[in-house]
Amino acid sequence: MAETAPLICRDIHKTFDQLEVLKGISLETRKGDVISLIGSSGSGKSTFLRCINMLETPTSGDIIVHGDPIRFKHNRKGQRVPADNRQVELIRARLSMVFQSFNLWSHMTVLENIIEAPINVLKVPKKEAIERAEAYLNKVGIYERKDYYPAQMSGGQQQRAAIARALAMEPEVMLFDEPTSALDPELVGEVLKVMQSLAEEGRTMIVVTHEMAFARDVSTQVLFLHQGVIEEQGSPDKVFDHPESERMKQFLAPKF
Amino acid sequence: MLDLKGYGPALAEGAVVTIELAFLSLALALTLGLLGASAKLSGNRVLTGVATAYTTLIRGVPDLVMMLLFYYGGQVAVNALSDYLWETRQIDFFFQFDPFISGVVTIGLIFGAYMTETFRGAFLAVDVGQIEAARAYGFSRWHTFRRIMIPQMLRHALPGIGNNWQVLLKTTALVSIIGLTDMVRVAEEAAKAERMPFHFFIPVAAVYLLLTAGSELFIKWLDKRANVGVVRGN
Repeated sequence: MAETAPLICRDIHKTFDQLEVLKGISLETRKGDVISLIGSSGSGKSTFLRCINMLETPTSGDIIVHGDPIRFKHNRKGQRVPADNRQVELIRARLSMVFQSFNLWSHMTVLENIIEAPINVLKVPKKEAIERAEAYLNKVGIYERKDYYPAQMSGGQQQRAAIARALAMEPEVMLFDEPTSALDPELVGEVLKVMQSLAEEGRTMIVVTHEMAFARDVSTQVLFLHQGVIEEQGSPDKVFDHPESERMKQFLAPKF
Repeated sequence: MLDLKGYGPALAEGAVVTIELAFLSLALALTLGLLGASAKLSGNRVLTGVATAYTTLIRGVPDLVMMLLFYYGGQVAVNALSDYLWETRQIDFFFQFDPFISGVVTIGLIFGAYMTETFRGAFLAVDVGQIEAARAYGFSRWHTFRRIMIPQMLRHALPGIGNNWQVLLKTTALVSIIGLTDMVRVAEEAAKAERMPFHFFIPVAAVYLLLTAGSELFIKWLDKRANVGVVRGN
């Protein structure tokens, strides 16, 4: 029997008021996949990522996490809402997210940030959570900053701490929402290096990014989104070197 | 040495009443403020309506009027209810409005309304990303509220709480009009009897000043602790 896919999204649509941002996006991951979502601003790639862990509720379409489909219902106003908030919480705990602006909790130290969700959401014993956190801090190379507050660190260090926070959930899939877009250029490398090492370990990752070199070298699959649809999809070789769609060719064309 | 003409112990007792009254009212005001702010931000129309009616009503009526209304009006209401229950159902229900309780409840209600606005603003000042991260990591609504919103909100609310507290402390002087023997009431009696207003009111003023100045230091210390994770621009 084939291994259960960590994540399947089927025909995701999202409409804000009158504006249709996603017009049917599907995606299927295998364990160890690194899927890069690329495209210009407004193409819907971040919205799609936010639909996966229900920070936005898709207007239609299915999300199946390790064989477990998210259940929906319609409220009195006819809007689609999750049928069971508890189920959504449990699913979110298996899909940890790394944000563009880090979103580390500013009133907690790095270590406290990392153990908070494992202890309170996954019910990991405190001692074990701390050991786990320290191991991941070592991995992302900021162990010696564990007692710092987020605001006392550089952007690159904060983002690495956020990655350690995501790792400590030992998630099914890691979601990265433009993880290097808020960083100074000289700090981008340290974060990408950590992400590359995670990809090499065989972690399943979905990465919204503008870093074309990363998408080309690290991904197993690239999705190019344009105006809410997938314009081009496939291996990095295919998408970057032999694109079929006009849009993708334009997107790749040298800008100056 | 300051000669209080034998009123010293009574004044000290009055000061204790003032302090007890202030702290109990503060506890009530903070609770009501948190509830009021949560209700206003809940998105539920009924809750928002109730909280808005509460703050509008309380903030629109003078404190003194509120206190008289609550103390005398409250007793009249209890009397009426008591008569009604006895006549219709033979239920024996009666209680005397205690001026201390009335004072705590009235001041708590008044400052609860101001705290509601303080907390509401502070909740709105919490960065959305902080809450989103909590949701994304599977926190329940309650867990997000308790572990993320409250600590972050407090940092923004502290200056407002400190301000309200100082006004509240001074508002306790109003209870002397509903017959509670706080520090002001004792001083008033002593000043009249001895015909020495300065002699008694200046120490009272000094006690208030001491309390407010002390609280100011305490709030500063709290503020420093709450802002421990914040690097201020230089």
